[in-house]
Amino acid sequence: MIACAPNGLQARNPRRLLPAVMSVAAVLMMPVAAQATTIERVVSPQGIEAWLVQEPSVPLIALDFAFRGGADQDPVNKPGVANMATSLLDEGAGELDSKSFHERVEAKAIELNFNATRDQTTGSLRTLSAHQDEAFELLRLSLTAAHFDPVDVERIREQLLSGLRRETTSPNEMASQKWWSTAFPGHPYGRPVRGSIESVPTITTADLRDYMKRVFARDTLKIAIVGDVDAATAGKLIDKVFGGLPAKSSLVSVAEMKPQGLGQKISIDLDVPQSVLMLGGIGIARNDPDFMAAFVVNHVLGGGSFSSRLYHEVREVRGLAYSVFSALIPLDHAALFMTGTATRADRTAQTLEVLESEIHRLAETGPTEDELVKSKSFLTGSYGLRFDTSGKIAAQLVQIQIDDLGIDYIEKRNGLVEAVTMADVKRVAKRLLDGGMLVTVVGRPPVTPAKGG
Amino acid sequence: MFSFGSPRRRGCSPARAHPFGQRTVAFRSFSHFSRVFGAIAVASMIMACGPAGAGGPQISHFTLDNGLEVVVIPDHRTPVVTHMIWYRVGSADEQAGKSGLAHFLEHLMFKGTEKNPAGRFSETLATIGGQENAFTTADYTGYFQRIAREYLPTVMEFEADRMTGLVLTDANVLPERDVVLEEYNMRVANSPEARLGEQVTAALYLNHPYGRPVIGWRPEIEKLNREDALAFYRRFYTPNNAVVVIAGDVTGAEVKPLAEKTYGKVAARSEIGPRMRPQEPPPVAVRQVTMADPRVAQPSLQRSYLVPSSTTAKGGESEALEVLAHVLGGGETSRLYRTLVIEQHLATNAGGWYQGTALDETRFGVYASPLPGVSFATLETALDAVIAEVAEHGIAEVELDRAKTRLIADAVYAQDNQATMARWYGAALTTGATVEQVAAWPKRVGAVTADEVRDAARTWLDKRRSVTGYLVKELPSPQEKHS
Repeated sequence: MIACAPNGLQARNPRRLLPAVMSVAAVLMMPVAAQATTIERVVSPQGIEAWLVQEPSVPLIALDFAFRGGADQDPVNKPGVANMATSLLDEGAGELDSKSFHERVEAKAIELNFNATRDQTTGSLRTLSAHQDEAFELLRLSLTAAHFDPVDVERIREQLLSGLRRETTSPNEMASQKWWSTAFPGHPYGRPVRGSIESVPTITTADLRDYMKRVFARDTLKIAIVGDVDAATAGKLIDKVFGGLPAKSSLVSVAEMKPQGLGQKISIDLDVPQSVLMLGGIGIARNDPDFMAAFVVNHVLGGGSFSSRLYHEVREVRGLAYSVFSALIPLDHAALFMTGTATRADRTAQTLEVLESEIHRLAETGPTEDELVKSKSFLTGSYGLRFDTSGKIAAQLVQIQIDDLGIDYIEKRNGLVEAVTMADVKRVAKRLLDGGMLVTVVGRPPVTPAKGG
Repeated sequence: MFSFGSPRRRGCSPARAHPFGQRTVAFRSFSHFSRVFGAIAVASMIMACGPAGAGGPQISHFTLDNGLEVVVIPDHRTPVVTHMIWYRVGSADEQAGKSGLAHFLEHLMFKGTEKNPAGRFSETLATIGGQENAFTTADYTGYFQRIAREYLPTVMEFEADRMTGLVLTDANVLPERDVVLEEYNMRVANSPEARLGEQVTAALYLNHPYGRPVIGWRPEIEKLNREDALAFYRRFYTPNNAVVVIAGDVTGAEVKPLAEKTYGKVAARSEIGPRMRPQEPPPVAVRQVTMADPRVAQPSLQRSYLVPSSTTAKGGESEALEVLAHVLGGGETSRLYRTLVIEQHLATNAGGWYQGTALDETRFGVYASPLPGVSFATLETALDAVIAEVAEHGIAEVELDRAKTRLIADAVYAQDNQATMARWYGAALTTGATVEQVAAWPKRVGAVTADEVRDAARTWLDKRRSVTGYLVKELPSPQEKHS
């Protein structure tokens, strides 16, 4: 038996990410513990807040940011606007046409990415610190002076349509779209984030500009910077990029909604050897007091390790699938719980049965004591793995701001996991897993009835 | 659909990644979640090989008495360690008729040993909060754990134990074969692009086992068994055929006694000779394959050329091919994208890649997806002209500089990611390179000249060295063919 306890190598003082507050205008810096990395709250001269972790040992800077509002802001009859706009931000801006813009980005090996999700518009910048001025200038141009030249718009439109054409026969995409459109009829979440073959041709430059004008604003902006940069410089860079944006966003309000169709199963026929199954029900919101208990319950059922119940029952014992997952999806306007897998046609019914019976079993009896202890141990022990690169730290810090968890959350988080009790997980397992699921299946129905297998 | 990113160039993959996986890799597991929600999380998992730039970490490299090599790459920023073991064996080392065996064994390595029966290693990781996975390619098989630093001795002990102690029974082998078949369904059978990719690679290699898919041919996977796996294991899983790479909050001085105490106790159990695979004869014919699938809603073209790898190339040639791949096909400033997509308006996307990290002769690829109404003939004529232009007239200094800057910057970006650093070194050392060669890679890329890039195009991007694959909804009828 190999002990799990530390041996040989002693744990060093973990290099913890400690909170501190800093204002560039009024220089006031909290003393920091030895060997601890500090998260500084930087407020730029123009009053824009960012969280900063200085890391001078690698000559890089990682910046992540997010605005509230993504595909949920698309016009009702034109899904895909946010996605198309974010695809065009680096296709010419300011005095640079598309070609010059890309050449400038590549000449300095700058990495610039934008993305629209259902609720957010996010971006990331990676640059060698030696090229920080050029990198931040190109980011500024993207966010404030994107061209949307017709020739580039048409080119990107063709690219998006090409991707959408591929998706029309992709079992994963089909299962996913059917799920979302059935669960959220008449709601932005029911519309495809990347638009459709019908909608993308109708999107105009005016639609793209309108989305940018409404969403790219300072009041919902969250920023994190990690790397070889000091607070004063970070403040200046932030002002340069984001200082010119309007103060207030103008978002279309989106209704709260619970997923519909729970208890239904929808099958779509597609001639593929492997069927894709997607199940979703009501989840638990990020700010719900039960969220952390739900996080533990999900881990027991189908979370990240090779020891979850679904992994064991679906894959290890029965060999039904290569991948099987479950996840909490706390969106801004709906909390979801989802699970899914893929299996060969004649085992689809059996696989669905196993998934449903495992969900039911966990709802009824909750995790065992051993599962609770191990899950908490995994979730606390693995938290540090989310912070071993600049980009990962930046992404975490933006998410913590979006979720409004506080600058000291990283310090508190493992304590919140530890505090989850058996009574909590039993109660929350019932709450999370007993509400019924909407199931979509895409594949070829078996010619003969399934025989177990 | 997902691609595995280009080896050596994780950072520079353009925002709109090309649709074909460049490196065939099979994993023990991946997040289904990412597929359903359209992300490409997996892409960050494998891509190998490039190097530390100047000012990079102080790397330790030593060999134990039993022949096991150890590489330690310190990164003390967070108290986390990535521990990997790389075996110098992959699908190209399988015997004919047993395709998929290297990958199948990789799955079976999680089934437990005499000392640590079924699941104990994974259960320990699931308790301490470690991440784990494994992967197989044509040239190497790797296993890794990511853990808080204090657990390094624990995982080293487990990993050393399963180097020789594996216990397999039909009860755990047969369900796992079904798992692998589902992996095959997911990666290949359900994906027309992946199936065409298999056909192109198989047609490219007339003699070398690189022509076989890493995951195997389905009829052969279906017949793999416990005895096959154990025989392969006993032959290739031995300390004198492995490299341990540890990156993160440790030093070589800390690791050495630990390695001696764990891996050092494992006796070498087989002689490992030089890795001699049947080599390719000089290619002579322009080859074309066409695959039809009623699910194809967007036709596409992919071509692979047989070219030297970083291991088989003469000095500087592999680096010139890297630069060439970037100039021809890396992102929106590349020749292929600019010409086919922007200037001539024939394609929705186009690009190219080079799989430099390989023991034997490797592949250089180009691809394009035609706009509706554009024929393959028109598209291919334009694509050929782009390549011919570079082969005849070479590239501009500004293109050369841009490509070199990008490739060299990747080495700096890699220093931010301990797992990337570990993968670079592991992949290089299991495909014939040395630690010194990895470290000197940026310098070698920096020395590439425009003439060398032109010569690489002229010599290697000869159509007779290539196979072109066409993915279509339906095959043209015989009449159409002859008219």
